[in-house]
Amino acid sequence: MKQQEWPLYEVFIRTRSGLSHRHVGSVHAADDDMALTNARDTYTRRKEGVSIWVVRSDRIIASDPAETSAFFDPAEDKIYRHPTFYDIPDEVENL
Amino acid sequence: MYTQGLDQSGQGDPGAPGEESAEQLAAFQARIDADEKIEAKDWMPEAYRQTLIRQISQHAHSEIIGMQPEGNWLTRAPTLKRKAILLAKVQDEAGHGLYLYGSAETLGVSRDQMVADLLAGKAKYSSIFNYPSLTWADIGAIGWLVDGAAIMNQIPLCRCSYGPYARAMIRICKEESFHQRQGFDIMLTMCRGTDEQKAMAQDALNRFWWPALMMFGPNDAASKHSAQSMKWKIKRFSNDELRQKFIDVTVPQAEFLGLTIPDDMLRFDEDTGHYEHSDIDWQEFFDVIAGNGPCNRQRMAKRRKAHGDGAWVREAAVAHAAKKAARSAA
Repeated sequence: MKQQEWPLYEVFIRTRSGLSHRHVGSVHAADDDMALTNARDTYTRRKEGVSIWVVRSDRIIASDPAETSAFFDPAEDKIYRHPTFYDIPDEVENL
Repeated sequence: MYTQGLDQSGQGDPGAPGEESAEQLAAFQARIDADEKIEAKDWMPEAYRQTLIRQISQHAHSEIIGMQPEGNWLTRAPTLKRKAILLAKVQDEAGHGLYLYGSAETLGVSRDQMVADLLAGKAKYSSIFNYPSLTWADIGAIGWLVDGAAIMNQIPLCRCSYGPYARAMIRICKEESFHQRQGFDIMLTMCRGTDEQKAMAQDALNRFWWPALMMFGPNDAASKHSAQSMKWKIKRFSNDELRQKFIDVTVPQAEFLGLTIPDDMLRFDEDTGHYEHSDIDWQEFFDVIAGNGPCNRQRMAKRRKAHGDGAWVREAAVAHAAKKAARSAA
């Protein structure tokens, strides 16, 4: 019997409460429960986290790096969204 | 690190340039020159991808095979505390292997494929793990020298141009520091012990010194892929530079321990601020790389057996997952 490859999961860890989960790497596991324990053993041996998310890598929808400039183009010409766009006279304070 | 220019042996030259245009290659080099990180799905030259796959997978294999010389002493550690520490260290090595397989997978090669290449003898791992760990002092020498050399090599890799590899290396370097200190701690304890214990520490240093220096790979003049790796910022310092740095920091540590480096020619050069040393026996290095070191066959046989013995567990886990999924669907 040919060995069936275990699916790949991406691992996200919340370092401590108050911070958001952050991608740290991946693990292979036969199922979701094993993905969690494998992620714990692989990425939190030194108490690096208080919460773990795992998600099947093939379920992630990602933007295409080759299309980066076109994809993010709508934000390119809207510099007025930044406070520095506006000239405020020096005399005006607290603005 | 554990990728000492093993590509020397001629297998698997970097991929063919293929369809890559001069513009693409120039744009890629410009990103590297601007210190941008390359991420998994970004366009990259095939040769860059292949170089990284080879380097990262060799590194991962080294971590996995590297568990063997240390695991050899798990049941014979002198105290329960030493045993618990060594167990944690060996578990870290497995973890490092997994981080690295994970980062290599982002380049489009599967872990199963990499493991298959190792088991088939097609992939290399560091020469250092083909030396036996004969006494408990060897566990000290391995932590102090082998992990020390690894850190020296790995710290610049934290700035490697390939993001997933660099991030894995940051984690690994943090953990290696514990490894090196636990090794030094063993050496220190033995050197402060009985004459017999100190003699064991000296014997371990005698046997591991030269193999540790070989971990940095061939001399710069003989290192054929170095220039390209430097240009791509996969590598930041040459083999000889890193080796010299390792010698310069390690000799005073040996002196502190009261041990003698097994090199009659070793002397500090006041002008350069570096230690001079004898030539390395490169024939030994190439013999070990070619598969004829003291433990090559044993290491591979053990890894194949472990992989084979674990097959039913992997299969059972898949069957269990399928059953569970079917039950929850019903």
